[in-house]
Amino acid sequence: MTMSVSLLATAAVLCAVGGLLMLTRPLTRILLGAVIAGNGINLLVLSSTGSAAAAPLLYGVPLGRVTDPLPQAIALTAIVITLATTAFLLAMAYRSYQLTGTDEVHDDLEDRRIFLRAEVLGERAELREEYRAGSGRSRQDRARYRKEHRRLRARLRADRALQARGRDAGGNLWHDVLGADPEDYVNDKDDDRGAAG
Amino acid sequence: MNALVPLPVLLPLCATGVSLAFGTRLARFQRFISVAVLSAVLCLSVMLMIAADRQGPLSVHLGDFAPPLGITLVADRLSGLMLTVSSAVTLSVLVYSLGQGMADRDKETPVAVFHPAYLILVAGVSLTFVAGDLVNLYVGFEIMLVASFVLLTLGGTGPRIRAGSTYVIISLFSSMLFLTAIAMTYAAAGTANFAQLAVRLPDLPLGVQTLVQALLLTVFAIKAAVFPLAAWLPDSYPTAPAPVTAVFAGLLTKVGIYCMLRTETLLFPGNRLGDLLMAVALASMVVGILGAVAQTDLKRLFSFTLISHIGYMVFGIGLATREAYGGAIFYVAHHITVQTTLFLVAGLIERRGGTNELTRLGGLARAAPLLAVLFFVPAMNFAGIPPLSGFIGKLGLMRAGVADGGVWAWVLVAGATVTSLLTLYVMAKIWNLAFWRAEPPGQTAYGTVLETADDSDDDDADTGPDRIPGTGDEGVGPPRPAAGQTVASTLQGRAVTTTVRPPAAMTAATAGAVALGLAFTVLAGPLTAFTDRSAAELIERRPYVEEVLGR
Repeated sequence: MTMSVSLLATAAVLCAVGGLLMLTRPLTRILLGAVIAGNGINLLVLSSTGSAAAAPLLYGVPLGRVTDPLPQAIALTAIVITLATTAFLLAMAYRSYQLTGTDEVHDDLEDRRIFLRAEVLGERAELREEYRAGSGRSRQDRARYRKEHRRLRARLRADRALQARGRDAGGNLWHDVLGADPEDYVNDKDDDRGAAG
Repeated sequence: MNALVPLPVLLPLCATGVSLAFGTRLARFQRFISVAVLSAVLCLSVMLMIAADRQGPLSVHLGDFAPPLGITLVADRLSGLMLTVSSAVTLSVLVYSLGQGMADRDKETPVAVFHPAYLILVAGVSLTFVAGDLVNLYVGFEIMLVASFVLLTLGGTGPRIRAGSTYVIISLFSSMLFLTAIAMTYAAAGTANFAQLAVRLPDLPLGVQTLVQALLLTVFAIKAAVFPLAAWLPDSYPTAPAPVTAVFAGLLTKVGIYCMLRTETLLFPGNRLGDLLMAVALASMVVGILGAVAQTDLKRLFSFTLISHIGYMVFGIGLATREAYGGAIFYVAHHITVQTTLFLVAGLIERRGGTNELTRLGGLARAAPLLAVLFFVPAMNFAGIPPLSGFIGKLGLMRAGVADGGVWAWVLVAGATVTSLLTLYVMAKIWNLAFWRAEPPGQTAYGTVLETADDSDDDDADTGPDRIPGTGDEGVGPPRPAAGQTVASTLQGRAVTTTVRPPAAMTAATAGAVALGLAFTVLAGPLTAFTDRSAAELIERRPYVEEVLGR
């Protein structure tokens, strides 16, 4: 069996590019990586046909001289499946963006929060130290201190709000299915399917 | 009889269409369809199993195209058994989730997407069990995976999307590897049909055979969550709803084990990678159970025991004798049932106690005696206490190991014993913490809606200049957790309605699953005879190949 080197080389390049993209954080890049690598592998499947020959038609072509049609069928199946997965990944990336403002695949929330909290607390302690060390507590100093302090607190609160939005629904199969936005849950509190689920 | 083989795949697929069409308008009809179809699939599977046992493998060439071109579906003893156990388990999980839905559902929208996705999952699992060629196996995997993506991210909440991303990406990666393996196999052997491959592969150079085998084993090991490739599982399973986690834990990993059994026996006889398999089996058992010892969240803990007990089945596959295969097949059947049951019980515990965090549970043995029984029986079964089926499965595997007598086999027998004891320890820990001890003082009253008290970030006990009394900017101390109550990190703000009495359907479904596990004990004689015959058939290979090619 002879194989076309160009097909193999293209497949290798596509797989390499796709693999690299799949190693990144944002879901959209992973999606692109999956599509590219998927195409590369489809080329691999196609190249297992061997050398090209006549089109695989049932009539009008001598059956002994047609290309092997089976890898083409396999590649077609794979393309359809990649399409479905791509659609799902897109939806998931969008949903992730909706919930957290980014489509990155996050580390464990708990880890991230512990890290952020340590960072903010450290900064605040430093700030307070600085404020107390400064002897002249002028009006401007005081205003600046308050502003900084507020900024830090806002950062923590923003992070918590992000998590709270993602946390609204959960655990309850029947309320969350195809769930509306968490904001909708919050709005109809009197309904017993409210934020509490 | 042969015409029945495609039905376990076709029925759920057709029902999916009907279910989607009637979907939200006729909710009751939708539920009826799902239950009826799954019951029909169960009956069909039992018939297929009996027929395959009596007359040897059954096969169908769809559209009557001969093997290299056409789609071949085959049901032999192993497929029949797997179909039967899987459809029994999916039926009980469906009833469980219906019970949960009836209890929680409000007047409007029932689930639009749960039933169709669940039916497609069943169709995909059935297809992998009856697939007669690699490409169909791949398609079956994909059907199953796409449905599982939907089920895992049901509702699209933050934690689920995060957990789902990991799962989707690792699944995509393994699918790509699988497709590469198919391309290689086809380029080397000119076919993807199992029976034809069984004939043609031995003629290939040894290196090519080993490459294909290693690639396929890697793919199936990712699906089956064998240790070095299992990190995705405890990360992604626990966030899904209880019934979904239960069916995933029971079925999806075991599909990987089934594929390993099928390809190792049919395509690559001679057990060239046996030592490697035994090494990963040992690592899987030990690392998994040690992970479980460290956990305090019930669902996470069960995820780790799942990884650990996958090791037993891989052990059987690595030994590759008739007794070992028989033991592994028995263990697969046992493990599907018991692992699913344990996850269902975890769901019930969550509804009763309000959390899955063991440190916050307690006193359930007095408060919910029935629940205690429902947990105790599968837990003992899982740990392998003598009269129960877990013991029989482990005994079969260990006897095969001793009969083999090699160094690796003895190491594995020792490892399996230690793992079994540690499993007992873990189960005793759950029993003591959740059921036997008195209620922790901070435990929430029943019927309350729980949310995490999660304001602990802003622990401003400071007296900074902006903490001026009377301005509305006073520092507020962090809410102190009640005594004995930890602010559970794993709860992730999930709200749970605790009920004194779980819905009858949920309890009944769990009890049914427990009973199925006990049935393996009662029917242990016929069942071990059956698994032994399946193993013999797998090793002989001839009946399968002749059934597919000899027509």
